[in-house]
Amino acid sequence: MLSCFKDKVGDVLLPGDVFSFQMPESITDSKPEKVVCGPGLRRNGDEVLVCKSGILRHKQPNLYWIDSQQRRYVPGKGESVIGIIAAKSGDIFKVDVGGSEQASLSYLAFEGATKRNRPNVQVGDLVYSQFIIANKDMEPELVCIDSCGRANGMGVFGAGGLLFKVSLGLVRRLLAPQSEIAKDLEKMFPFEIVVGMNGRVWVKSKTIQQTLIVANLLESCENMTAQQRQTLFRRVADGSI
Amino acid sequence: MRDTPLSNCERDFLLKAIEEKKRLDGRQTYDYRSIKISFGTDYGCCFVDLGKTRIMAQVSCELITPKENRPNEGIMFFNIELSPMASPSFEMGRQSELLVKLNRQLERCLRNSKCIDTESLCVVSGEKVWQIRVDVHLLNHDGNLMDAASIAAIAALCHFRRPDVGIQGEEVTVYSTEERDPIPLSIYHMPICVSFSFFQQGTYLLVDPCEREERVMDGLLMIAMNKHREICSIQSSGGIMLLKDQVLRCSKIASVKVSEITELINKALANDKKARKTGGKFGFAESLPQERITALKTDVSPVEMSDVKEKANEIVQRAEVPPQTVPSPVLTAPGTGQVGEGIENSWGLEEEEEEEEEEETMELEEGHEEKERGDVVVISDSGSEEEDVVILNQVTTKEKACSSNQQGAVASKQQKKKKRK
Repeated sequence: MLSCFKDKVGDVLLPGDVFSFQMPESITDSKPEKVVCGPGLRRNGDEVLVCKSGILRHKQPNLYWIDSQQRRYVPGKGESVIGIIAAKSGDIFKVDVGGSEQASLSYLAFEGATKRNRPNVQVGDLVYSQFIIANKDMEPELVCIDSCGRANGMGVFGAGGLLFKVSLGLVRRLLAPQSEIAKDLEKMFPFEIVVGMNGRVWVKSKTIQQTLIVANLLESCENMTAQQRQTLFRRVADGSI
Repeated sequence: MRDTPLSNCERDFLLKAIEEKKRLDGRQTYDYRSIKISFGTDYGCCFVDLGKTRIMAQVSCELITPKENRPNEGIMFFNIELSPMASPSFEMGRQSELLVKLNRQLERCLRNSKCIDTESLCVVSGEKVWQIRVDVHLLNHDGNLMDAASIAAIAALCHFRRPDVGIQGEEVTVYSTEERDPIPLSIYHMPICVSFSFFQQGTYLLVDPCEREERVMDGLLMIAMNKHREICSIQSSGGIMLLKDQVLRCSKIASVKVSEITELINKALANDKKARKTGGKFGFAESLPQERITALKTDVSPVEMSDVKEKANEIVQRAEVPPQTVPSPVLTAPGTGQVGEGIENSWGLEEEEEEEEEEETMELEEGHEEKERGDVVVISDSGSEEEDVVILNQVTTKEKACSSNQQGAVASKQQKKKKRK
């Protein structure tokens, strides 16, 4: 079963491709293997269907997923995103996360917030928060604390920086543990960056010019190979202010 | 869908950047984004890219009765549509304020400036004039829609060709594109809109705002001008107070920009004309970069061609004699005609209906045999005036009749459209 997956790792697959798992008689005595289907793969009875176009990736021991490219965000549970407060209504804030619906964020979901001690959040602020409920049947919900009640980096932020939007693939590449893009960028000049899984990136640097440079570099290195990106960064670093 | 709200930090950053004379994409204060103009295969179809803003304009024409108080002038009709693919906040069918504003502005710029000679659009005074219709579709919204729409509209009007019309006494003939070359509209001048956005109560000025700059601006000044430095329309929105010398300065900047853009349009028109004349490929598909996936491509394989002629002759000789050409049509009843005798109904309907039909045709044919053979048979449908009236000869036949699209009949496409008073 795993073998038909293993053959296709690194190949481009299209929606409609099917992996069928009929167990041939000869291997009935081995234990059935478990395969974890990640995003882009869906189980349909005995078969696994591909529902997004992209490249099949593999992570040990048994995780497979489709690496695809898109710009429109779909909320997923546990993902950390940058949201913009759109409205305040009663006890909750309505937050725009770039999905089809606005998410709700309770005012008690901040560190140290109580009914008497309301958090200082205005309409139009940026919040870095996590989804606790995100499925297609319910309105998504966000929180700015983790399970222990601590902020852990989440909450309101953003005075003085620039917010812009990139594709979801670039965001995942930036957030990967050994991200090359992040390493190349670090060599340029010091800056602060917040990356949301919904494609929104916030950047702040010492001067406005440097902030604009970082923002433009990130937007443009979307479709570049590593080689092109490094030459571009080097050119900018040589001629930079 | 709702549009993404503008966050406070974005607004603060943009305003601070403008105070330091920096724009998001690195342009200077008076710089336009790169403009790209391309034309489609039909006359009158124009695509304009202003940075990421993308607009398509299409011009078409139609003969209609003129207005009563202006019997010898043609009619210009403008229509802008905001397609939902341009921005998530645009919805089909919703009359938003922005749409009304754009429509009014385009009409004021092009119709009131009299850039097109409407009297040359008259065919028969009081009865038939050309109505020129300009449809502008917004395909992607990245700011400064008005400028892009005006460039697209005027370029499409310059590119458009209308059918030629011949008047002989009382008769008016509209020639199709195959008979006579279509003629361009007579355009006096090309008005182009230039937008200026103001920030911090008129202190800072930017030309050609992109979408984010438009969101934080205080007011907008729009000047429509032609290259002869004549102002066609000027409009200020947003309620900002402008000083006289600010407005004068803007008009000077606008005249420089307009002459550059007019030159660009003329160059694009000349390129397109050259491509059409030399028979090269033109049109929207050709202006895209060639990034084809050759999945279905097969290698060129050699074909044996030595005895093709003999084979072809053999096949022709062995072929059967084709059936005779269909005789001239039969007038079975006023307003209908029949060519040939009709083949059997092959739809597999019930037998009863078939028998009934056969009986009917038999009766009609018997009754009208006298009217059969004439040298020229004219069939005219008295219902609508606009229908083609087809003149059929005995030799070259084509149908305007009910049944058969049979073999052998189709000759040349000689369709003369005649309008009889």
